[in-house]
Amino acid sequence: MHKLKSVHHLGFFIVFGFILFLASNRVDELRVYQGASVAVFVIAIASLILLTGYSGQVSVGQGALMAIGAYGAAVVRNELHVPILLSFFVAVLVAAAGGALLGAAAARLSGPYLAGTTLALAIGIPPLANQFSILGGEQGLAFDVGNPPASLGEDFTKYKWFFWIAALAALISMWLLSNILRSRYGRNWRAGRSNEVAAQLSGINTVRSKILAFTLSAGIAGLAGALLSMTIGTVSPSAFTYYLSLILLAGAFVSGISTLSGVMIGAVVLVGIPEIADVVANRMGSSENISTNLPGFLNYALLIVTVLFVPNGPVEQHHARQARKAAKKKIKSLPKPSMEGNT
Amino acid sequence: MIQFINTTLIGITAGSIYALMAISLVLVWRSTRVINFAQARMALLSTYFGYEAMVRTNSFWIALLVAMLGGGLFAALIELVFMRFLLKRSNSGPIASVAPIIATLGLYGVIRAVTASIWGGQELQIVAPVSNVGYSIGTETLVFSPLKLLILISVGVLVLLLSLLFQKTNIGLALRASAFSPEIASLSGIKVDLVRTLGWSLSGAVGAMAGMFQTVDGAGTFSPDSIGFTLLFVSGFIAAVIGGLESLVGAVIGGLLLGLVISFVLMYISSSLFFIAPFVVLLLVLFIRPQGIIGVKAARRA
Amino acid sequence: MSLVVSHVTVHHGAICAVNDVSFTLTQGELTAVIGANGAGKTTLLRTLSGLNKATQGSATWKDQDLLHSKPEHLVRSGISHVSEGKAVIPELTVAENLDLGAIWRRNKKERIVTRDEVTSIFPRLGERLAQRADTLSGGERQMLAIGRALMSKPQLLLLDEPSLGLAPLIIEQIFQTIRELTTSMGLTVVLVEQNAMGALKIADTGIVLNLGSVAIAGNAASLIADPQVRAAYLGY
Repeated sequence: MHKLKSVHHLGFFIVFGFILFLASNRVDELRVYQGASVAVFVIAIASLILLTGYSGQVSVGQGALMAIGAYGAAVVRNELHVPILLSFFVAVLVAAAGGALLGAAAARLSGPYLAGTTLALAIGIPPLANQFSILGGEQGLAFDVGNPPASLGEDFTKYKWFFWIAALAALISMWLLSNILRSRYGRNWRAGRSNEVAAQLSGINTVRSKILAFTLSAGIAGLAGALLSMTIGTVSPSAFTYYLSLILLAGAFVSGISTLSGVMIGAVVLVGIPEIADVVANRMGSSENISTNLPGFLNYALLIVTVLFVPNGPVEQHHARQARKAAKKKIKSLPKPSMEGNT
Repeated sequence: MIQFINTTLIGITAGSIYALMAISLVLVWRSTRVINFAQARMALLSTYFGYEAMVRTNSFWIALLVAMLGGGLFAALIELVFMRFLLKRSNSGPIASVAPIIATLGLYGVIRAVTASIWGGQELQIVAPVSNVGYSIGTETLVFSPLKLLILISVGVLVLLLSLLFQKTNIGLALRASAFSPEIASLSGIKVDLVRTLGWSLSGAVGAMAGMFQTVDGAGTFSPDSIGFTLLFVSGFIAAVIGGLESLVGAVIGGLLLGLVISFVLMYISSSLFFIAPFVVLLLVLFIRPQGIIGVKAARRA
Repeated sequence: MSLVVSHVTVHHGAICAVNDVSFTLTQGELTAVIGANGAGKTTLLRTLSGLNKATQGSATWKDQDLLHSKPEHLVRSGISHVSEGKAVIPELTVAENLDLGAIWRRNKKERIVTRDEVTSIFPRLGERLAQRADTLSGGERQMLAIGRALMSKPQLLLLDEPSLGLAPLIIEQIFQTIRELTTSMGLTVVLVEQNAMGALKIADTGIVLNLGSVAIAGNAASLIADPQVRAAYLGY
């Protein structure tokens, strides 16, 4: 039964992937590029869903972990000229190592202390790149994944290549992640999140579990970071400001923080909001001030609305409502308690 | 020797501003049990209020007053409209402790977008009331200036006033009681909701002072993305954590300590550690003495 | 009739905690509300003082509606509630805890006078005014909680399990004091207790709650004599 489930999932991903690839041939360059961005955000948001949704650790610092991964990939590619696949692996490993350290430091923290610490991290890490020349300083490093292989034909543009790489990475990592989340590890994370003491009493080593969540989440974020740099072409501190961490958090909550199913919603929203904002600003004929800030406003307003009204995300909210209805029905159908004796 | 004195003075001045931010965070924490991640942004908005006043009156002191009043009112508004709703909705479930964090982060972003829309991204100036030229000792010039002295005195006076308010007045007792136990306070006839709003507006006013002094002590200019404000929240937060989050005295000590540590690190180790130093200090504190210098609680759970 | 409770029903979500409870008290009457854990006693009290919301019914104190006001308003009308579990604020001093009870009263001189009255009732508190409340013993904390309630010069006093967790000797003292206060100050008192015997002994009337509903009510002495009450709650 267990094996059947994961095969089923694999089938879903393969089919979905096929559809994506077909679609990529029919849309214009801009959409393909946006598709790549969506794929990157899917991975980044998934890392947050793992860390915050499953393991309950609020992190405002995923951007920093993405930066670590990106720099790792770029340095290895530029200095050692490794093939692209290997540089992505390095991104995952380096970021995971950073995540393990951070996780060990953060394991005793929770709530706002953890959030504040990760925020400090998000602000503090990217500027470090300015200190080491190997990291390229302010301008950053170039990160070039090379041209698509000739075998794919002349019409195969660079952006399509980005999309294929990013989408493939997203599909594979989502498949792997969804299986991990369904496993014992996923259950342990959930248990630790809802009641740490109870989880410990059940024999779960919550500290180790938390650090594992951080490590894994960081590795995934690192991959996203490397892919993001791929689409931009360079790795620099300005691509990884703490705003990135904040909007990732927004995207994760809009997707539904506690489940992986809605992850594309958040990613599409994050990529779509600047576009929508553009259209709205143009329609209203607003000043430049407003139009530059409208995307930010929409992002965060959406985050607030989501947290206030749909805190567990659309998918989970729906399930919860169904469950409540069923429970109410059951309570009503129970017999009324009788009086004991004649008192 | 001069360098040592300079470093100390810079540290104390910066630290007193961190202390202000820490106090404003502690005030909110004590009244609502929430860390308001938008606190520094609200201070930024208040600084814009002060700027507008400055442009019209050319007086720093009026600008400061306007900023503090505006900041206080705005904070009260946020508490009335936003926080009450939020806290009512997020009372249960695993999302309960996370919701205020995310919501205030969202608030942070919204305030930023709105202020940038209204005033744009350019640097605006606030002119200090006294000179920032250092005092001279013989041939050496200290970094310490009339302005820095003024800041220190102002912060000192404010802390004194706040302490008197909390310890010696009925309102102060009401504030403390509502923070420690809202139910008992309510049963004692205290209008707990009103008191909570008051706590927020006090914190908004104090934050506004931090924002104005921060601007004036630094470059004299500010913008939505000023580095100073970016770090103000984090520094205030760390200072509050060092101080234990529960007491005003702790916040002040935390701020001064943080200011001194960062100042010495930047001067004697490397100035490029500007961004990462606060993070390291925070980690150290959370490891060595998580309950803070003054705090008594055992676990660092919010 | 000063306290009139009529068909009050209170729900916690889908569960009914107080079910159609009605009773009346005259001024100066001390009634003991007893019953097992979970019978709804605390919920009833909290509903009368404004902390919980009733689903149905009405309750008035001297014609003032109790069910639609916030606690802080009811205090000003002369209703004090000492909640379960030694309702003091540990971080504040004894003096501050007491002052809290009178904080809404305008006249400072009156407040001081009242504080003197309270410390003469509870001399131990008078000795410890400057100490933090968390340095007090269990019995002293309960006295402080009651003292604070008295500082608002209440006419209706709601007491939730004042004997909980206290040593038998102290419990006796507390009950004695409650009886004396009721008589000397002309208070109307609703005393919720698990210590059924102790409560009924000092009370004028009693109400037995079972699973949220009133099982028996009546004169305290007759309840003590009632065989079913004795078997279920008095242990003999």
